[in-house]
Amino acid sequence: MKATGHYEQVRNVDPLVELNEHTRHHIDEWVAKFPPDRKRSALIQALFGAQEQNHGFLTDELITAVAKYLDLPAIWAYEVASFYSMLETKPVGRNNVAICTNISCWLNGAEGLVHHCEKKLGIKLGESTPDGRVYLKKEEECIAACVYAPAMTVNGHYHEHLTIEKLDEILDGLSMDGPDHAHDAEGKH
Amino acid sequence: MSAQPTQNTAPNLVNIEVDGKPIQVPKGSMIIEATDRAGIPIPRFCYHRKLPIAASCRQCLVEVEMGGRPMPKPQPACATPVAEGMKVLTRSDKALHAQRNVMEFLLINHPLDCPICDQGGECELQDMALGYGRSVSRFTERKRTVTDENIGPLVATEMTRCIHCTRCVRFISEIAGTYEFGSMDRGDRHVIGTYIGKNVESELSGNIIDVCPVGALTDKPFQFKARAWELVAKPSIGYHDALGSNLWLHTRRGEVLRTVPRDNEAVNECWLSDRDRYSHQGMVAADRIGAPEVKRNGQWQATTWEDALQAAGEALKKVPGSELGILLHPATSNEEGDLLMRLARGLGSAHVDHRLRQLDFADHAVAQPFALPVTEVDQIRAALLVGSDLRHEMPLLNHRLHQAAKKGAKVYAVNPAHFDFNYKLAGEAVVAPQALVDALLALARAAVAAGAAAPAALAEAVAAAQYDQGDSDAIAALKQAASEQGKAVVILGEAAVTHPQASWLRAVARFVADATGAGYDELPVGANAVGLARLGVVPGNGGLDAQAMLAQPRKSYLLYGVEPPHDFADGGAALRALHGADQVVAFSAYASAALREVADVILPIALLPEIDATLVNVDGLAQGVAAGAKAPGQARPGWKVLRALGGALQLVGFEFDDLAGLRDGIAERAAMPRSGLAVRTAVNGLTRLATWPIYRSDAVLRRATALNAHPLNRAPAVRLNAAEAGRHGLAAGDQVRAADALLPLVIDAAVPDGTAWIEAAQDLTVTLPPYGAAITLGKA
Repeated sequence: MKATGHYEQVRNVDPLVELNEHTRHHIDEWVAKFPPDRKRSALIQALFGAQEQNHGFLTDELITAVAKYLDLPAIWAYEVASFYSMLETKPVGRNNVAICTNISCWLNGAEGLVHHCEKKLGIKLGESTPDGRVYLKKEEECIAACVYAPAMTVNGHYHEHLTIEKLDEILDGLSMDGPDHAHDAEGKH
Repeated sequence: MSAQPTQNTAPNLVNIEVDGKPIQVPKGSMIIEATDRAGIPIPRFCYHRKLPIAASCRQCLVEVEMGGRPMPKPQPACATPVAEGMKVLTRSDKALHAQRNVMEFLLINHPLDCPICDQGGECELQDMALGYGRSVSRFTERKRTVTDENIGPLVATEMTRCIHCTRCVRFISEIAGTYEFGSMDRGDRHVIGTYIGKNVESELSGNIIDVCPVGALTDKPFQFKARAWELVAKPSIGYHDALGSNLWLHTRRGEVLRTVPRDNEAVNECWLSDRDRYSHQGMVAADRIGAPEVKRNGQWQATTWEDALQAAGEALKKVPGSELGILLHPATSNEEGDLLMRLARGLGSAHVDHRLRQLDFADHAVAQPFALPVTEVDQIRAALLVGSDLRHEMPLLNHRLHQAAKKGAKVYAVNPAHFDFNYKLAGEAVVAPQALVDALLALARAAVAAGAAAPAALAEAVAAAQYDQGDSDAIAALKQAASEQGKAVVILGEAAVTHPQASWLRAVARFVADATGAGYDELPVGANAVGLARLGVVPGNGGLDAQAMLAQPRKSYLLYGVEPPHDFADGGAALRALHGADQVVAFSAYASAALREVADVILPIALLPEIDATLVNVDGLAQGVAAGAKAPGQARPGWKVLRALGGALQLVGFEFDDLAGLRDGIAERAAMPRSGLAVRTAVNGLTRLATWPIYRSDAVLRRATALNAHPLNRAPAVRLNAAEAGRHGLAAGDQVRAADALLPLVIDAAVPDGTAWIEAAQDLTVTLPPYGAAITLGKA
């Protein structure tokens, strides 16, 4: 990983400006679940909230703002953001499409589904469509939906027993603006 | 005789057996601590005795047997606590096999660039691979490469060599306290870095070079200069602050190529501040002088020692002793200091002083050893800092306070600016320099309210002070810490000692310490200020102090290791006095333009790493060092030059033949402070806060190029807070006229109202009014 070189941009970030009220509320709720000296535990959810606010990916400013908001060293937030694959640190499309290619889904034809998507959208895994509508997540690991294989998550929501037709329908139905922010994008079956 | 089996195990010890050898170790320690103490080697990379345990490298795997049953898998010695009856096998087949396999994994991606790696020859990975690895690699795939990061002028990176032990991450987080490094990404893309790409700004950053077990982090100024086996290590000490950190000078043919810490738990533990580590660069400079020079008819001429000493002798004898002022740098060694006193007595001058940066002499204050020793500072439960930017003034003392703060100690501060601390302060009063005494008096008033009686001299001022809950809390915390839980300390920092009302700050801080039962530690300004005070290198009867000598100019001056104007509290006054003098004899390692302008004779003397000398540190510990490096050209140790000069002048006290003879003649005549308080005059309007930047506090540092390129070394500027700037109709980036200097304006929220923070020791800021004086700013 190459350093992003955004030190100057992030050094004076104001979390109250960078994070909107909805995100801050989301973070506050998560902070409340942990002891007061364990704010670090809320980092993953806080970053996830900031990513949603920004339609699918984190900027260095947002990551820094989250750390400042939680009163944690920024480097801890960078570590978490760069570690977890559900947190995107480079600009990606607004709809996050993650097709599971792990063993059960793979045996049930996930590879064909991936090829279909790639052809249909004209992008490779790990890329986003030029209009920024869809991001095809790079190599999604097991999403714990083996009984429903092949499966995928779209903006965190599970779609199971996939077929080409079903896939087309889901992809065509994706909005230009990304997921509706009214409901939470945490994993739900 | 039937001896009873004796149970000779202390209750806090447990018995374990390592490789068949029974040893007793403290409960709760890890296997590796026990074996280290017993001298049994276990390979390791991530374990470091001063850092939190990570157990990430798995190199220290050993076989462990508990209760007669072997544990199913080898255990990491660094993270396995000892237990009664535990048997550890460090060299069994199973242990060796595990160690060899871990080593093979570590080497999979480690480049084989040892021939061009600075760590080659002193590399833990090389040593461990030789001792515990295979001789042949079975790995044939491509090795991974990692993009490098530029983390500043002090530490070079080659992250491809990194084995992810995270010692640097843990050092920067836990010891330096700045959290600048982290483990980014994961798996085969895992890298150590800053993520956003920044310079490491810690004042202790050089230690990551020492903790790095491979060549990923190396000394940047030393890069590609020499091989470890070409270097000769000479023990020496740091001379940029009075902690006197123990260090090794790594020299080649007399030239210092780098500096590394020398372990001393009572002083610097195993660390070294960047200031002490990289200052050696300043020993080589364009204006380092290697031959005596005499100014004749306005022209400088290099000459022989004989001629120069004669010229110096004549110059010094030309005026009566009462017209001669002797000013020496507070880092001057005991030996040189004592000879200067002998010289002064011989020449009949009582005007000798080393307190060049002190403005207030009302109490004749001299540096005193710490009441609470350095080793106990990391155990305190509460501290009060008075006028101290401790991180910059004494980095490794601040490190100890940081460790105490991490364990829950409450640190309060009364400061003329929001100095940057690497721990959270429990409370802070930040006021303009002219209000600093009042802010401290508020604490004294709170102490009186809590039952203490103020000394008569302070009683009136204390009674007039207003205090609030914050003051009471601080006093209560200090009191409680001192009485119940262990220790408390009041630290008077450089920004207080050099304050124009330092006598007040000192008296009130002492009272607060006494009233709460806290220890009183006053930072000496200068590496040997304590030693010079003990030897009485201060004005004699009727003698003028450092400020008076400039305010009432003498006809001639002797400067010893002093660089005008930067080493003086009031650079402008110093230059005026020196300019006006008939003769100035300078003993100096450097011939700067300013010195050449005022001096008539320059005698080149060697710097501390180049001489045999004794310095006394903050604890009153006299540390003798031997010459480690070679002085350039004809430069000579100061004591030899002084002996030659004193001998030529046929003065008493210069009859000795060698250093031992000189040392035999040194008698302590401790300088006596008296009780006295400065007259407090109100300053209206803006006052100047002058601090000495961490990397410009003496002549050597000002020439250390890498340190001066470091971000902690800020460009000269006028710093105001936004409101104050608004009141003066100034905006960020404006050029500001202060006295005859033109400086950029920086808006800095750390500066209190009524204060212009302009750092000292910069060429641009020399002629400005001194610390605490009124200053007017105008738009240029």
